[in-house]
Amino acid sequence: MSNPIEHLNKIFDSRIRLGIMSALMVNAEVNFNDLKDLMQATDGNLASHLKGLEESGYIKVQKGFIGRKTNTLYSVTKAGDKAFKEHLIALEKMIQSTK
Amino acid sequence: MNENISHLESLKDIKSIMERSSRFITLSGKSGIAAGIIGLFSAFIAYQIISKYYKNYNYIGVWKTSDFKALEQQLFLLAATTLVLALSFGFYFTWQKAKIDNTNIWNASSKRLLVNLCIPLIAGGIFIIGMLANNEWQFIGPACLIFYGLALINGSKYTYDDIRYLGYLEILLGSINLFYIGFGLYFWALGFGVLHIIYGIIMWHKYDRKNEAISSK
Repeated sequence: MSNPIEHLNKIFDSRIRLGIMSALMVNAEVNFNDLKDLMQATDGNLASHLKGLEESGYIKVQKGFIGRKTNTLYSVTKAGDKAFKEHLIALEKMIQSTK
Repeated sequence: MNENISHLESLKDIKSIMERSSRFITLSGKSGIAAGIIGLFSAFIAYQIISKYYKNYNYIGVWKTSDFKALEQQLFLLAATTLVLALSFGFYFTWQKAKIDNTNIWNASSKRLLVNLCIPLIAGGIFIIGMLANNEWQFIGPACLIFYGLALINGSKYTYDDIRYLGYLEILLGSINLFYIGFGLYFWALGFGVLHIIYGIIMWHKYDRKNEAISSK
Protein backbone atom coordinates (compact mmCIF):
# COMPACT_ATOMS: atom_id res chain seq x y z
CA MET A 1 0.00 0.00 0.00
CA SER A 2 1.38 3.36 -0.96
CA ASN A 3 0.82 6.23 1.36
CA PRO A 4 -1.20 8.92 -0.41
CA ILE A 5 0.28 11.65 1.74
CA GLU A 6 3.71 11.16 0.22
CA HIS A 7 2.41 12.65 -3.02
CA LEU A 8 1.11 15.78 -1.32
CA ASN A 9 3.70 18.43 -2.02
CA LYS A 10 4.88 20.22 1.10
CA ILE A 11 5.64 23.33 -0.91
CA PHE A 12 1.96 23.77 -1.71
CA ASP A 13 0.96 23.61 1.93
CA SER A 14 0.28 27.33 2.20
CA ARG A 15 -2.95 28.82 0.87
CA ILE A 16 -1.12 31.63 -0.83
CA ARG A 17 1.27 29.31 -2.66
CA LEU A 18 -1.64 27.16 -3.74
CA GLY A 19 -3.41 30.30 -4.96
CA ILE A 20 -0.38 31.55 -6.88
CA MET A 21 0.00 28.20 -8.64
CA SER A 22 -3.74 28.06 -9.46
CA ALA A 23 -3.65 31.49 -11.07
CA LEU A 24 -0.50 30.71 -13.03
CA MET A 25 -1.86 27.38 -14.29
CA VAL A 26 -4.71 29.03 -16.18
CA ASN A 27 -2.89 32.18 -17.34
CA ALA A 28 0.24 32.39 -19.49
CA GLU A 29 1.58 35.04 -17.12
CA VAL A 30 0.27 37.12 -14.22
CA ASN A 31 1.80 40.27 -12.77
CA PHE A 32 2.47 40.97 -9.12
CA ASN A 33 -0.43 43.37 -8.58
CA ASP A 34 -3.02 41.05 -10.09
CA LEU A 35 -1.75 38.24 -7.84
CA LYS A 36 -1.99 40.56 -4.86
CA ASP A 37 -5.59 41.40 -5.76
CA LEU A 38 -6.50 37.75 -6.20
CA MET A 39 -4.93 36.54 -3.00
CA GLN A 40 -5.73 39.60 -0.90
CA ALA A 41 -2.23 39.32 0.53
CA THR A 42 0.25 41.96 1.64
CA ASP A 43 3.24 42.82 -0.57
CA GLY A 44 5.78 41.24 1.77
CA ASN A 45 3.83 38.07 2.38
CA LEU A 46 3.14 37.51 -1.31
CA ALA A 47 6.74 38.28 -2.25
CA SER A 48 8.14 35.75 0.19
CA HIS A 49 5.85 33.00 -1.08
CA LEU A 50 6.75 33.87 -4.67
CA LYS A 51 10.41 33.68 -3.72
CA GLY A 52 9.85 30.24 -2.21
CA LEU A 53 8.16 28.94 -5.35
CA GLU A 54 10.87 30.46 -7.52
CA GLU A 55 13.60 28.78 -5.48
CA SER A 56 11.91 25.41 -5.89
CA GLY A 57 11.98 25.97 -9.65
CA TYR A 58 8.19 25.95 -9.97
CA ILE A 59 7.77 29.47 -11.30
CA LYS A 60 9.69 31.84 -13.55
CA VAL A 61 10.09 35.53 -12.86
CA GLN A 62 10.44 38.14 -15.53
CA LYS A 63 11.11 41.70 -14.51
CA GLY A 64 10.03 44.49 -16.79
CA PHE A 65 8.86 48.07 -16.84
CA ILE A 66 5.68 49.81 -17.88
CA GLY A 67 6.87 53.37 -18.23
CA ARG A 68 8.70 53.95 -14.99
CA LYS A 69 6.77 51.44 -12.90
CA THR A 70 8.20 47.99 -12.43
CA ASN A 71 6.06 45.22 -13.83
CA THR A 72 7.05 41.78 -12.63
CA LEU A 73 5.52 38.90 -14.50
CA TYR A 74 5.28 35.37 -13.16
CA SER A 75 4.69 32.18 -15.10
CA VAL A 76 4.72 28.49 -14.28
CA THR A 77 7.65 26.25 -15.29
CA LYS A 78 7.38 22.72 -16.65
CA ALA A 79 8.45 21.34 -13.28
CA GLY A 80 5.85 23.51 -11.55
CA ASP A 81 3.13 22.36 -13.91
CA LYS A 82 3.99 18.70 -13.25
CA ALA A 83 4.29 19.16 -9.49
CA PHE A 84 0.98 21.01 -9.23
CA LYS A 85 -0.91 18.41 -11.26
CA GLU A 86 0.51 15.64 -9.07
CA HIS A 87 -0.50 17.60 -6.00
CA LEU A 88 -4.07 17.89 -7.33
CA ILE A 89 -4.27 14.16 -8.03
CA ALA A 90 -2.99 13.46 -4.53
CA LEU A 91 -5.59 15.81 -3.05
CA GLU A 92 -8.35 14.06 -4.94
CA LYS A 93 -7.15 10.63 -3.80
CA MET A 94 -7.01 11.80 -0.20
CA ILE A 95 -10.61 12.96 -0.38
CA GLN A 96 -11.82 9.78 -2.07
CA SER A 97 -10.00 7.49 0.34
CA THR A 98 -11.64 9.03 3.41
CA LYS A 99 -15.17 9.05 1.99
CA MET B 1 -11.90 13.87 9.00
CA ASN B 2 -10.75 17.42 9.63
CA GLU B 3 -7.91 16.93 7.26
CA ASN B 4 -10.35 15.79 4.63
CA ILE B 5 -12.37 18.98 4.97
CA SER B 6 -9.25 21.07 4.54
CA HIS B 7 -8.32 19.17 1.38
CA LEU B 8 -11.77 19.81 0.01
CA GLU B 9 -11.36 23.45 0.88
CA SER B 10 -8.01 23.54 -0.91
CA LEU B 11 -9.66 22.22 -4.04
CA LYS B 12 -12.41 24.82 -3.75
CA ASP B 13 -9.80 27.56 -3.36
CA ILE B 14 -7.94 26.34 -6.41
CA LYS B 15 -11.10 26.29 -8.49
CA SER B 16 -12.16 29.74 -7.32
CA ILE B 17 -8.77 31.31 -8.03
CA MET B 18 -8.57 29.70 -11.44
CA GLU B 19 -11.99 31.18 -12.24
CA ARG B 20 -11.27 34.60 -10.83
CA SER B 21 -7.85 34.92 -12.45
CA SER B 22 -9.02 34.02 -15.93
CA ARG B 23 -12.46 35.64 -16.02
CA PHE B 24 -13.63 39.13 -15.26
CA ILE B 25 -16.51 38.52 -12.87
CA THR B 26 -16.86 42.02 -11.48
CA LEU B 27 -19.30 42.94 -14.25
CA SER B 28 -22.42 44.17 -12.46
CA GLY B 29 -25.96 43.13 -13.36
CA LYS B 30 -27.00 46.73 -12.69
CA SER B 31 -24.79 47.79 -15.62
CA GLY B 32 -27.00 45.71 -17.89
CA ILE B 33 -30.21 47.11 -16.41
CA ALA B 34 -28.97 50.70 -16.82
CA ALA B 35 -27.88 50.07 -20.42
CA GLY B 36 -31.28 48.54 -21.17
CA ILE B 37 -33.25 51.47 -19.73
CA ILE B 38 -31.10 53.97 -21.65
CA GLY B 39 -31.50 51.86 -24.79
CA LEU B 40 -35.31 51.80 -24.48
CA PHE B 41 -35.46 55.52 -23.78
CA SER B 42 -33.26 56.26 -26.76
CA ALA B 43 -35.36 54.02 -29.04
CA PHE B 44 -38.43 55.98 -27.93
CA ILE B 45 -36.76 59.33 -28.80
CA ALA B 46 -35.64 57.89 -32.17
CA TYR B 47 -39.22 56.84 -32.82
CA GLN B 48 -40.42 60.41 -32.13
CA ILE B 49 -37.75 61.94 -34.38
CA ILE B 50 -38.52 59.53 -37.22
CA SER B 51 -42.29 59.94 -37.04
CA LYS B 52 -41.86 63.73 -37.07
CA TYR B 53 -39.76 63.36 -40.19
CA TYR B 54 -42.37 61.20 -41.90
CA LYS B 55 -45.07 63.76 -41.14
CA ASN B 56 -43.16 66.24 -43.28
CA TYR B 57 -42.40 63.62 -45.84
CA ASN B 58 -43.67 64.74 -49.23
CA TYR B 59 -42.71 61.93 -51.62
CA ILE B 60 -40.47 64.18 -53.71
CA GLY B 61 -36.67 64.25 -53.62
CA VAL B 62 -36.50 62.54 -50.27
CA TRP B 63 -32.88 61.44 -50.30
CA LYS B 64 -31.04 64.67 -50.96
CA THR B 65 -33.18 67.16 -49.08
CA SER B 66 -31.91 69.06 -46.08
CA ASP B 67 -34.68 67.40 -44.05
CA PHE B 68 -33.06 64.03 -44.51
CA LYS B 69 -29.62 65.39 -43.64
CA ALA B 70 -31.07 66.86 -40.43
CA LEU B 71 -32.71 63.54 -39.59
CA GLU B 72 -29.42 61.74 -40.13
CA GLN B 73 -27.60 64.18 -37.89
CA GLN B 74 -30.19 63.97 -35.13
CA LEU B 75 -30.17 60.19 -35.16
CA PHE B 76 -26.39 60.07 -35.21
CA LEU B 77 -26.21 62.44 -32.24
CA LEU B 78 -28.81 60.36 -30.40
CA ALA B 79 -26.86 57.16 -31.10
CA ALA B 80 -23.61 58.69 -29.85
CA THR B 81 -25.27 60.04 -26.67
CA THR B 82 -26.87 56.66 -26.02
CA LEU B 83 -23.56 54.87 -26.38
CA VAL B 84 -21.72 57.27 -24.06
CA LEU B 85 -24.49 57.17 -21.43
CA ALA B 86 -24.83 53.38 -21.52
CA LEU B 87 -21.06 52.91 -21.22
CA SER B 88 -20.74 55.46 -18.39
CA PHE B 89 -23.53 53.91 -16.33
CA GLY B 90 -22.23 50.44 -17.13
CA PHE B 91 -18.79 51.46 -15.96
CA TYR B 92 -20.15 53.18 -12.85
CA PHE B 93 -22.06 50.16 -11.52
CA THR B 94 -19.20 47.78 -12.26
CA TRP B 95 -16.78 50.14 -10.54
CA GLN B 96 -19.11 50.22 -7.53
CA LYS B 97 -19.22 46.43 -7.43
CA ALA B 98 -15.42 46.30 -7.64
CA LYS B 99 -15.29 48.55 -4.58
CA ILE B 100 -17.64 46.24 -2.65
CA ASP B 101 -15.68 43.14 -3.68
CA ASN B 102 -12.45 44.99 -2.94
CA THR B 103 -10.95 44.15 -6.32
CA ASN B 104 -9.38 46.12 -9.10
CA ILE B 105 -11.49 46.98 -12.14
CA TRP B 106 -8.47 47.27 -14.43
CA ASN B 107 -6.55 44.01 -14.49
CA ALA B 108 -5.42 41.36 -16.94
CA SER B 109 -8.85 39.71 -17.13
CA SER B 110 -10.80 42.93 -17.70
CA LYS B 111 -8.36 43.94 -20.43
CA ARG B 112 -8.76 40.55 -22.08
CA LEU B 113 -12.55 40.85 -21.93
CA LEU B 114 -12.46 44.35 -23.42
CA VAL B 115 -10.19 43.37 -26.31
CA ASN B 116 -12.32 40.36 -27.16
CA LEU B 117 -15.55 42.34 -27.01
CA CYS B 118 -14.07 45.08 -29.16
CA ILE B 119 -12.93 42.93 -32.09
CA PRO B 120 -16.44 42.11 -33.42
CA LEU B 121 -17.73 45.52 -32.29
CA ILE B 122 -15.13 47.44 -34.30
CA ALA B 123 -15.70 45.19 -37.31
CA GLY B 124 -19.44 45.88 -36.95
CA GLY B 125 -18.85 49.61 -36.55
CA ILE B 126 -16.82 49.75 -39.77
CA PHE B 127 -19.43 47.64 -41.55
CA ILE B 128 -22.23 49.99 -40.47
CA ILE B 129 -20.29 53.15 -41.38
CA GLY B 130 -19.62 51.55 -44.77
CA MET B 131 -23.35 50.91 -45.25
CA LEU B 132 -24.18 54.49 -44.30
CA ALA B 133 -21.56 55.77 -46.75
CA ASN B 134 -23.44 53.84 -49.44
CA ASN B 135 -26.77 55.28 -48.32
CA GLU B 136 -27.82 51.85 -47.12
CA TRP B 137 -29.63 52.31 -43.82
CA GLN B 138 -32.12 49.46 -43.86
CA PHE B 139 -29.72 46.89 -42.46
CA ILE B 140 -28.29 49.01 -39.66
CA GLY B 141 -30.61 47.55 -37.04
CA PRO B 142 -29.93 43.91 -37.91
CA ALA B 143 -26.18 44.60 -38.27
CA CYS B 144 -26.04 46.23 -34.80
CA LEU B 145 -27.78 43.24 -33.23
CA ILE B 146 -25.78 40.55 -35.03
CA PHE B 147 -22.35 42.10 -34.46
CA TYR B 148 -23.19 42.86 -30.83
CA GLY B 149 -24.30 39.25 -30.38
CA LEU B 150 -21.02 38.02 -31.86
CA ALA B 151 -19.10 40.34 -29.52
CA LEU B 152 -20.93 38.92 -26.49
CA ILE B 153 -20.25 35.34 -27.55
CA ASN B 154 -16.59 36.16 -28.14
CA GLY B 155 -16.32 37.91 -24.77
CA SER B 156 -18.18 35.23 -22.81
CA LYS B 157 -15.01 33.15 -22.48
CA TYR B 158 -13.55 35.92 -20.34
CA THR B 159 -16.47 36.72 -18.05
CA TYR B 160 -19.71 35.08 -16.87
CA ASP B 161 -20.66 32.35 -19.28
CA ASP B 162 -24.26 33.60 -19.18
CA ILE B 163 -23.64 36.43 -21.62
CA ARG B 164 -23.09 33.82 -24.33
CA TYR B 165 -26.86 33.14 -24.29
CA LEU B 166 -27.60 36.84 -24.49
CA GLY B 167 -25.33 36.83 -27.54
CA TYR B 168 -27.30 33.99 -29.15
CA LEU B 169 -30.55 35.87 -28.57
CA GLU B 170 -29.17 39.11 -30.08
CA ILE B 171 -28.03 37.22 -33.20
CA LEU B 172 -31.42 35.51 -33.47
CA LEU B 173 -33.25 38.85 -33.19
CA GLY B 174 -30.93 40.45 -35.76
CA SER B 175 -31.46 37.56 -38.17
CA ILE B 176 -35.26 37.70 -37.88
CA ASN B 177 -35.05 41.48 -38.30
CA LEU B 178 -33.41 40.97 -41.73
CA PHE B 179 -36.76 39.68 -43.02
CA TYR B 180 -38.83 42.43 -41.38
CA ILE B 181 -36.77 45.42 -42.44
CA GLY B 182 -39.33 48.13 -41.65
CA PHE B 183 -39.35 47.19 -37.97
CA GLY B 184 -35.67 47.77 -37.22
CA LEU B 185 -36.35 50.15 -34.35
CA TYR B 186 -38.65 47.69 -32.60
CA PHE B 187 -36.10 44.91 -32.88
CA TRP B 188 -33.41 47.31 -31.69
CA ALA B 189 -35.52 48.27 -28.66
CA LEU B 190 -36.16 44.60 -27.91
CA GLY B 191 -32.50 43.57 -28.31
CA PHE B 192 -30.73 46.47 -26.66
CA GLY B 193 -33.47 47.55 -24.28
CA VAL B 194 -35.66 44.70 -23.09
CA LEU B 195 -33.06 41.90 -23.30
CA HIS B 196 -30.48 43.98 -21.40
CA ILE B 197 -32.94 44.72 -18.62
CA ILE B 198 -34.02 41.07 -18.32
CA TYR B 199 -30.43 39.83 -18.39
CA GLY B 200 -29.27 42.51 -15.99
CA ILE B 201 -31.93 41.45 -13.49
CA ILE B 202 -31.05 37.75 -13.87
CA MET B 203 -27.33 38.45 -13.46
CA TRP B 204 -27.87 40.73 -10.50
CA HIS B 205 -30.11 38.15 -8.87
CA LYS B 206 -27.64 35.32 -9.53
CA TYR B 207 -24.31 36.94 -8.65
CA ASP B 208 -24.50 40.39 -7.05
CA ARG B 209 -27.34 40.22 -4.55
CA LYS B 210 -25.56 37.78 -2.25
CA ASN B 211 -22.36 39.79 -2.10
CA GLU B 212 -24.15 43.05 -1.48
CA ALA B 213 -26.06 41.49 1.40
CA ILE B 214 -22.83 40.18 2.92
CA SER B 215 -20.98 43.44 2.62
CA SER B 216 -23.81 45.51 4.08
CA LYS B 217 -23.90 43.37 7.23
